Amino acid sequence: MSTNEQELKSLMTAGLDGDAAAYRALLERLSAHLRNYYRGRLARAGRGAFEAEDLLQEVLLAIHTRRHTYDRAELFTPWVHAIARYKLIDYLRRTNASHGDVPIDDAGELAAHADHDGVESSIDLGRMMAQLPVKMQRAIQYVKLDGLSVAEAARRSGMSEAAVKVNIHRGLKALSAAIRPGVAS
Amino acid sequence: MKTDDLVAMLSANVEVVDRRQMLRTLAGAIAVGAVVVLGAALIVLGGRTDIRSGEAPAFLAAKLIFAAAVTVPAFFYLIRLARPGEHRRGWMALLALPFVGIVGLASVSLVQAPAPHWQAMFMGDEWLECLLSIPIIAIVPFALVVWAVRQAAPTHLRRAGALAGLVAGGLSAAGYALHCTADSLPFVAIWYGGTILLCTLAGAVLGPRLLRW
Repeated sequence: MSTNEQELKSLMTAGLDGDAAAYRALLERLSAHLRNYYRGRLARAGRGAFEAEDLLQEVLLAIHTRRHTYDRAELFTPWVHAIARYKLIDYLRRTNASHGDVPIDDAGELAAHADHDGVESSIDLGRMMAQLPVKMQRAIQYVKLDGLSVAEAARRSGMSEAAVKVNIHRGLKALSAAIRPGVAS
Repeated sequence: MKTDDLVAMLSANVEVVDRRQMLRTLAGAIAVGAVVVLGAALIVLGGRTDIRSGEAPAFLAAKLIFAAAVTVPAFFYLIRLARPGEHRRGWMALLALPFVGIVGLASVSLVQAPAPHWQAMFMGDEWLECLLSIPIIAIVPFALVVWAVRQAAPTHLRRAGALAGLVAGGLSAAGYALHCTADSLPFVAIWYGGTILLCTLAGAVLGPRLLRW
Protein backbone atom coordinates (compact mmCIF):
# COMPACT_ATOMS: atom_id res chain seq x y z
CA MET A 1 0.00 0.00 0.00
CA SER A 2 2.73 2.47 0.89
CA THR A 3 4.77 1.67 -2.24
CA ASN A 4 1.52 2.03 -4.12
CA GLU A 5 1.03 5.43 -2.50
CA GLN A 6 4.56 6.56 -3.39
CA GLU A 7 4.33 5.44 -7.00
CA LEU A 8 0.87 6.86 -7.57
CA LYS A 9 1.76 10.11 -5.88
CA SER A 10 4.87 10.60 -8.01
CA LEU A 11 2.84 9.86 -11.14
CA MET A 12 0.22 12.35 -10.02
CA THR A 13 2.67 15.15 -9.27
CA ALA A 14 4.43 14.54 -12.58
CA GLY A 15 1.04 14.70 -14.29
CA LEU A 16 0.20 17.96 -12.54
CA ASP A 17 3.47 19.35 -13.90
CA GLY A 18 2.41 18.43 -17.43
CA ASP A 19 4.00 14.96 -17.90
CA ALA A 20 1.43 13.26 -20.16
CA ALA A 21 3.03 9.80 -20.05
CA ALA A 22 3.08 9.74 -16.25
CA TYR A 23 -0.47 11.01 -16.15
CA ARG A 24 -1.62 8.34 -18.55
CA ALA A 25 0.10 5.65 -16.48
CA LEU A 26 -1.62 7.03 -13.42
CA LEU A 27 -5.09 6.95 -15.00
CA GLU A 28 -4.50 3.42 -16.27
CA ARG A 29 -3.53 2.20 -12.83
CA LEU A 30 -6.39 4.01 -11.19
CA SER A 31 -8.79 2.53 -13.76
CA ALA A 32 -7.79 -1.02 -12.88
CA HIS A 33 -7.95 -0.30 -9.19
CA LEU A 34 -11.25 1.57 -9.26
CA ARG A 35 -12.89 -0.95 -11.59
CA ASN A 36 -12.35 -3.64 -8.98
CA TYR A 37 -13.46 -1.34 -6.22
CA TYR A 38 -16.71 -0.41 -7.97
CA ARG A 39 -17.54 -3.94 -9.12
CA GLY A 40 -17.23 -5.11 -5.54
CA ARG A 41 -19.17 -2.24 -4.05
CA LEU A 42 -21.94 -2.28 -6.63
CA ALA A 43 -22.37 -6.03 -6.23
CA ARG A 44 -22.66 -5.54 -2.48
CA ALA A 45 -25.28 -2.84 -3.03
CA GLY A 46 -27.28 -5.32 -5.11
CA ARG A 47 -26.37 -3.66 -8.40
CA GLY A 48 -25.04 -5.17 -11.58
CA ALA A 49 -21.32 -5.09 -12.27
CA PHE A 50 -22.11 -3.55 -15.66
CA GLU A 51 -22.70 -0.23 -13.93
CA ALA A 52 -19.11 -0.16 -12.73
CA GLU A 53 -17.68 1.04 -16.04
CA ASP A 54 -20.09 4.00 -16.24
CA LEU A 55 -19.20 5.01 -12.73
CA LEU A 56 -15.48 4.49 -13.37
CA GLN A 57 -15.56 6.80 -16.36
CA GLU A 58 -17.50 9.42 -14.44
CA VAL A 59 -14.84 9.29 -11.73
CA LEU A 60 -11.94 9.50 -14.18
CA LEU A 61 -13.45 12.67 -15.62
CA ALA A 62 -14.03 14.03 -12.13
CA ILE A 63 -10.46 13.25 -11.07
CA HIS A 64 -9.19 14.96 -14.19
CA THR A 65 -11.28 18.12 -14.00
CA ARG A 66 -10.67 18.48 -10.26
CA ARG A 67 -7.05 17.45 -10.09
CA HIS A 68 -6.10 20.95 -8.96
CA THR A 69 -7.73 20.15 -5.60
CA TYR A 70 -4.97 17.66 -4.80
CA ASP A 71 -2.60 19.17 -2.24
CA ARG A 72 0.92 17.86 -2.86
CA ALA A 73 1.70 18.12 0.84
CA GLU A 74 -0.90 15.40 1.52
CA LEU A 75 -1.08 11.69 0.67
CA PHE A 76 -2.51 10.88 -2.74
CA THR A 77 -4.47 7.66 -2.15
CA PRO A 78 -6.81 9.17 0.47
CA TRP A 79 -7.60 11.95 -2.01
CA VAL A 80 -8.54 9.44 -4.72
CA HIS A 81 -10.40 7.27 -2.27
CA ALA A 82 -12.46 10.22 -1.02
CA ILE A 83 -13.50 11.06 -4.60
CA ALA A 84 -14.23 7.43 -5.43
CA ARG A 85 -16.36 7.00 -2.34
CA TYR A 86 -18.16 10.31 -2.80
CA LYS A 87 -19.03 9.40 -6.40
CA LEU A 88 -20.20 5.91 -5.40
CA ILE A 89 -22.61 7.30 -2.81
CA ASP A 90 -23.77 10.01 -5.20
CA TYR A 91 -24.31 7.42 -7.93
CA LEU A 92 -26.26 5.05 -5.71
CA ARG A 93 -28.52 7.87 -4.50
CA ARG A 94 -29.01 9.30 -7.95
CA THR A 95 -29.87 6.01 -9.62
CA ASN A 96 -31.82 4.49 -6.76
CA ALA A 97 -35.24 5.06 -8.27
CA SER A 98 -34.47 4.23 -11.86
CA HIS A 99 -32.47 1.05 -11.27
CA GLY A 100 -34.35 -0.29 -8.28
CA ASP A 101 -36.99 -1.97 -10.37
CA VAL A 102 -34.93 -3.45 -13.17
CA PRO A 103 -36.15 -7.05 -13.50
CA ILE A 104 -33.58 -9.59 -12.42
CA ASP A 105 -33.36 -11.37 -15.79
CA ASP A 106 -32.63 -8.07 -17.55
CA ALA A 107 -29.86 -7.36 -15.13
CA GLY A 108 -28.43 -10.83 -15.71
CA GLU A 109 -28.41 -10.28 -19.42
CA LEU A 110 -26.61 -6.97 -19.10
CA ALA A 111 -24.14 -8.45 -16.66
CA ALA A 112 -23.39 -11.28 -19.09
CA HIS A 113 -22.92 -8.71 -21.81
CA ALA A 114 -20.56 -6.80 -19.57
CA ASP A 115 -18.39 -9.86 -19.03
CA HIS A 116 -16.89 -9.96 -22.47
CA ASP A 117 -17.01 -6.25 -22.96
CA GLY A 118 -16.31 -4.99 -19.49
CA VAL A 119 -14.11 -2.04 -20.35
CA GLU A 120 -16.73 -0.24 -22.37
CA SER A 121 -19.39 1.91 -20.74
CA SER A 122 -22.88 2.76 -21.92
CA ILE A 123 -21.78 6.38 -22.18
CA ASP A 124 -21.75 7.75 -25.71
CA LEU A 125 -18.92 10.28 -25.90
CA GLY A 126 -19.86 11.38 -29.41
CA ARG A 127 -23.39 12.21 -28.37
CA MET A 128 -22.25 14.06 -25.26
CA MET A 129 -19.71 16.01 -27.29
CA ALA A 130 -22.40 17.01 -29.75
CA GLN A 131 -24.23 18.80 -26.91
CA LEU A 132 -21.28 21.10 -26.27
CA PRO A 133 -20.80 24.54 -27.84
CA VAL A 134 -18.87 24.27 -31.10
CA LYS A 135 -15.72 25.95 -29.76
CA MET A 136 -15.45 23.44 -26.94
CA GLN A 137 -16.06 20.55 -29.36
CA ARG A 138 -13.30 21.76 -31.64
CA ALA A 139 -10.79 22.43 -28.89
CA ILE A 140 -11.32 18.97 -27.41
CA GLN A 141 -11.36 17.29 -30.81
CA TYR A 142 -8.08 18.84 -31.96
CA VAL A 143 -6.05 18.68 -28.77
CA LYS A 144 -7.46 15.76 -26.81
CA LEU A 145 -8.65 13.41 -29.56
CA ASP A 146 -6.51 14.24 -32.62
CA GLY A 147 -3.46 14.97 -30.46
CA LEU A 148 -2.58 18.32 -31.99
CA SER A 149 -0.61 20.78 -29.87
CA VAL A 150 -2.46 23.76 -28.46
CA ALA A 151 -0.62 26.04 -30.89
CA GLU A 152 -1.66 23.95 -33.89
CA ALA A 153 -5.23 23.74 -32.67
CA ALA A 154 -5.28 27.50 -32.22
CA ARG A 155 -4.07 28.05 -35.78
CA ARG A 156 -6.55 25.61 -37.25
CA SER A 157 -9.57 26.86 -35.32
CA GLY A 158 -8.80 30.56 -35.44
CA MET A 159 -8.92 30.82 -31.63
CA SER A 160 -6.12 32.13 -29.47
CA GLU A 161 -4.08 29.55 -27.55
CA ALA A 162 -5.58 30.78 -24.30
CA ALA A 163 -9.07 30.36 -25.74
CA VAL A 164 -8.24 26.79 -26.82
CA LYS A 165 -7.09 25.96 -23.29
CA VAL A 166 -10.13 27.56 -21.70
CA ASN A 167 -12.47 25.74 -24.08
CA ILE A 168 -10.83 22.39 -23.35
CA HIS A 169 -11.10 23.03 -19.64
CA ARG A 170 -14.73 24.14 -19.79
CA GLY A 171 -15.64 21.41 -22.24
CA LEU A 172 -14.27 18.66 -20.03
CA LYS A 173 -16.06 20.14 -17.04
CA ALA A 174 -19.28 20.21 -19.05
CA LEU A 175 -18.75 16.57 -20.05
CA SER A 176 -18.09 15.71 -16.44
CA ALA A 177 -21.41 17.31 -15.50
CA ALA A 178 -23.31 15.82 -18.43
CA ILE A 179 -22.19 12.32 -17.50
CA ARG A 180 -24.42 12.57 -14.42
CA PRO A 181 -27.90 12.67 -15.95
CA GLY A 182 -30.68 14.15 -13.93
CA VAL A 183 -28.49 16.40 -11.82
CA ALA A 184 -28.59 20.09 -12.55
CA SER A 185 -25.10 21.50 -12.58
CA MET B 1 -17.10 4.59 -24.78
CA LYS B 2 -14.07 2.49 -23.94
CA THR B 3 -12.28 3.42 -20.76
CA ASP B 4 -8.93 3.17 -22.55
CA ASP B 5 -10.12 5.79 -25.03
CA LEU B 6 -11.19 8.09 -22.22
CA VAL B 7 -7.80 7.68 -20.52
CA ALA B 8 -6.04 8.45 -23.79
CA MET B 9 -8.19 11.52 -24.30
CA LEU B 10 -7.71 12.88 -20.78
CA SER B 11 -3.95 12.37 -20.82
CA ALA B 12 -3.39 13.85 -24.29
CA ASN B 13 -1.49 17.16 -24.06
CA VAL B 14 -2.15 17.63 -20.34
CA GLU B 15 -1.84 21.16 -19.07
CA VAL B 16 0.40 22.11 -16.18
CA VAL B 17 -1.81 22.66 -13.14
CA ASP B 18 -1.41 25.87 -11.18
CA ARG B 19 -0.74 24.97 -7.53
CA ARG B 20 -2.47 28.06 -6.24
CA GLN B 21 -5.58 27.82 -8.36
CA MET B 22 -7.89 26.72 -5.55
CA LEU B 23 -6.64 29.25 -3.05
CA ARG B 24 -6.88 32.00 -5.65
CA THR B 25 -10.47 31.17 -6.55
CA LEU B 26 -11.59 31.07 -2.93
CA ALA B 27 -9.66 34.18 -1.91
CA GLY B 28 -11.02 35.99 -4.97
CA ALA B 29 -14.60 35.09 -4.02
CA ILE B 30 -13.98 36.37 -0.47
CA ALA B 31 -12.44 39.59 -1.75
CA VAL B 32 -15.35 40.36 -4.07
CA GLY B 33 -17.77 39.39 -1.29
CA ALA B 34 -16.00 41.77 1.10
CA VAL B 35 -16.33 44.64 -1.36
CA VAL B 36 -20.07 43.97 -1.73
CA VAL B 37 -20.48 43.80 2.05
CA LEU B 38 -18.56 47.04 2.50
CA GLY B 39 -20.73 48.72 -0.12
CA ALA B 40 -23.92 47.49 1.55
CA ALA B 41 -22.78 48.70 4.97
CA LEU B 42 -21.33 52.07 4.02
CA ILE B 43 -23.48 53.08 1.06
CA VAL B 44 -26.84 51.38 1.58
CA LEU B 45 -26.99 51.42 5.39
CA GLY B 46 -24.46 54.20 5.98
CA GLY B 47 -21.42 54.11 8.28
CA ARG B 48 -21.86 55.14 11.91
CA THR B 49 -21.33 58.87 12.33
CA ASP B 50 -20.64 58.82 16.08
CA ILE B 51 -17.37 56.99 15.62
CA ARG B 52 -15.27 59.62 17.48
CA SER B 53 -17.42 59.76 20.56
CA GLY B 54 -16.89 57.96 23.85
CA GLU B 55 -16.71 54.20 23.75
CA ALA B 56 -17.69 53.89 20.08
CA PRO B 57 -14.18 53.12 18.74
CA ALA B 58 -13.62 50.45 21.38
CA PHE B 59 -16.93 48.74 20.59
CA LEU B 60 -16.38 48.96 16.86
CA ALA B 61 -12.99 47.32 17.36
CA ALA B 62 -14.54 44.61 19.56
CA LYS B 63 -17.15 43.80 16.93
CA LEU B 64 -14.57 43.68 14.15
CA ILE B 65 -12.24 41.48 16.20
CA PHE B 66 -15.11 39.10 16.95
CA ALA B 67 -16.10 38.94 13.28
CA ALA B 68 -12.48 38.38 12.21
CA ALA B 69 -11.97 35.69 14.85
CA VAL B 70 -14.99 33.89 13.37
CA THR B 71 -14.19 34.42 9.69
CA VAL B 72 -10.45 33.84 9.41
CA PRO B 73 -10.26 30.33 10.94
CA ALA B 74 -13.47 29.40 9.11
CA PHE B 75 -11.88 30.42 5.81
CA PHE B 76 -8.83 28.23 6.40
CA TYR B 77 -10.97 25.28 7.43
CA LEU B 78 -13.16 25.81 4.38
CA ILE B 79 -10.08 25.52 2.12
CA ARG B 80 -9.46 22.09 3.64
CA LEU B 81 -13.09 21.06 3.34
CA ALA B 82 -13.15 22.09 -0.31
CA ARG B 83 -10.64 19.31 -1.02
CA PRO B 84 -11.66 15.65 -1.10
CA GLY B 85 -10.77 13.70 1.99
CA GLU B 86 -11.34 13.09 5.65
CA HIS B 87 -10.65 15.95 7.99
CA ARG B 88 -9.87 16.05 11.66
CA ARG B 89 -12.67 17.47 13.69
CA GLY B 90 -10.47 19.28 16.21
CA TRP B 91 -10.93 22.37 14.12
CA MET B 92 -14.58 22.57 15.07
CA ALA B 93 -13.58 23.49 18.62
CA LEU B 94 -11.42 26.34 17.34
CA LEU B 95 -14.37 27.67 15.34
CA ALA B 96 -16.52 27.71 18.49
CA LEU B 97 -13.93 29.67 20.50
CA PRO B 98 -14.92 33.21 19.45
CA PHE B 99 -18.56 32.43 20.29
CA VAL B 100 -17.60 31.10 23.71
CA GLY B 101 -15.39 34.16 24.19
CA ILE B 102 -18.07 36.73 23.35
CA VAL B 103 -20.66 34.99 25.53
CA GLY B 104 -18.13 35.01 28.40
CA LEU B 105 -17.40 38.72 27.96
CA ALA B 106 -21.11 39.48 27.67
CA SER B 107 -21.75 37.65 30.94
CA VAL B 108 -19.04 39.65 32.70
CA SER B 109 -20.49 42.94 31.49
CA LEU B 110 -23.98 41.87 32.58
CA VAL B 111 -22.78 40.98 36.07
CA GLN B 112 -21.18 44.41 36.39
CA ALA B 113 -24.32 46.24 35.28
CA PRO B 114 -27.46 46.78 37.35
CA ALA B 115 -30.30 44.45 36.41
CA PRO B 116 -32.68 47.18 35.16
CA HIS B 117 -30.14 47.98 32.38
CA TRP B 118 -30.11 44.43 31.07
CA GLN B 119 -33.08 44.83 28.81
CA ALA B 120 -31.43 47.76 27.01
CA MET B 121 -28.09 45.93 26.83
CA PHE B 122 -29.64 42.91 25.15
CA MET B 123 -32.02 44.57 22.76
CA GLY B 124 -30.43 47.98 22.03
CA ASP B 125 -32.50 50.07 19.63
CA GLU B 126 -31.75 48.07 16.56
CA TRP B 127 -31.91 44.37 17.31
CA LEU B 128 -34.44 43.81 14.55
CA GLU B 129 -32.33 45.67 12.01
CA CYS B 130 -29.31 43.61 13.03
CA LEU B 131 -31.29 40.37 12.88
CA LEU B 132 -32.35 41.13 9.32
CA SER B 133 -29.27 42.91 7.99
CA ILE B 134 -26.54 40.38 8.76
CA PRO B 135 -28.28 37.42 7.03
CA ILE B 136 -29.39 39.55 4.08
CA ILE B 137 -25.96 41.11 3.55
CA ALA B 138 -24.48 37.60 3.82
CA ILE B 139 -26.38 36.36 0.75
CA VAL B 140 -23.98 37.72 -1.86
CA PRO B 141 -20.76 36.55 -0.17
CA PHE B 142 -22.42 33.20 0.49
CA ALA B 143 -23.27 32.79 -3.19
CA LEU B 144 -19.71 33.74 -4.17
CA VAL B 145 -18.13 31.35 -1.68
CA VAL B 146 -20.45 28.52 -2.76
CA TRP B 147 -19.48 29.20 -6.37
CA ALA B 148 -15.79 29.03 -5.43
CA VAL B 149 -16.21 25.81 -3.43
CA ARG B 150 -18.07 24.26 -6.37
CA GLN B 151 -14.93 24.79 -8.47
CA ALA B 152 -13.14 22.55 -5.97
CA ALA B 153 -14.26 19.09 -4.83
CA PRO B 154 -15.82 18.97 -1.37
CA THR B 155 -16.80 15.50 -0.20
CA HIS B 156 -18.56 16.52 3.03
CA LEU B 157 -21.19 18.82 1.62
CA ARG B 158 -23.08 19.63 4.80
CA ARG B 159 -19.93 20.65 6.64
CA ALA B 160 -18.59 22.59 3.66
CA GLY B 161 -21.95 24.36 3.30
CA ALA B 162 -21.96 25.24 7.00
CA LEU B 163 -18.46 26.68 6.71
CA ALA B 164 -19.45 28.70 3.65
CA GLY B 165 -22.35 30.10 5.69
CA LEU B 166 -20.05 30.82 8.61
CA VAL B 167 -17.56 32.70 6.43
CA ALA B 168 -20.33 34.70 4.73
CA GLY B 169 -22.02 35.46 8.06
CA GLY B 170 -18.73 36.58 9.60
CA LEU B 171 -17.97 38.87 6.66
CA SER B 172 -21.46 40.29 6.78
CA ALA B 173 -21.21 40.93 10.54
CA ALA B 174 -17.91 42.77 10.06
CA GLY B 175 -19.60 45.00 7.50
CA TYR B 176 -22.68 45.56 9.62
CA ALA B 177 -20.46 46.61 12.54
CA LEU B 178 -19.47 49.69 10.53
CA HIS B 179 -23.09 50.81 10.63
CA CYS B 180 -24.33 49.50 13.97
CA THR B 181 -24.42 51.84 16.98
CA ALA B 182 -25.58 49.30 19.57
CA ASP B 183 -22.59 49.33 21.88
CA SER B 184 -23.01 46.52 24.36
CA LEU B 185 -21.36 43.12 24.55
CA PRO B 186 -24.58 41.19 25.29
CA PHE B 187 -26.04 42.72 22.12
CA VAL B 188 -23.04 41.58 20.09
CA ALA B 189 -23.15 38.11 21.64
CA ILE B 190 -26.82 37.56 20.86
CA TRP B 191 -27.46 39.44 17.64
CA TYR B 192 -24.07 39.12 15.97
CA GLY B 193 -23.30 35.65 17.29
CA GLY B 194 -26.86 34.47 16.72
CA THR B 195 -27.18 35.74 13.16
CA ILE B 196 -23.77 34.30 12.20
CA LEU B 197 -24.92 30.93 13.56
CA LEU B 198 -28.13 31.33 11.58
CA CYS B 199 -26.07 31.80 8.41
CA THR B 200 -24.04 28.71 9.34
CA LEU B 201 -27.20 26.69 9.80
CA ALA B 202 -28.60 27.89 6.48
CA GLY B 203 -25.33 26.89 4.83
CA ALA B 204 -25.52 23.43 6.38
CA VAL B 205 -29.07 22.98 5.10
CA LEU B 206 -28.26 24.24 1.59
CA GLY B 207 -24.81 22.67 1.28
CA PRO B 208 -25.79 19.17 0.12
CA ARG B 209 -27.98 20.65 -2.58
CA LEU B 210 -25.77 23.50 -3.75
CA LEU B 211 -22.39 21.82 -3.59
CA ARG B 212 -23.06 18.49 -5.34
CA TRP B 213 -20.75 17.64 -8.21
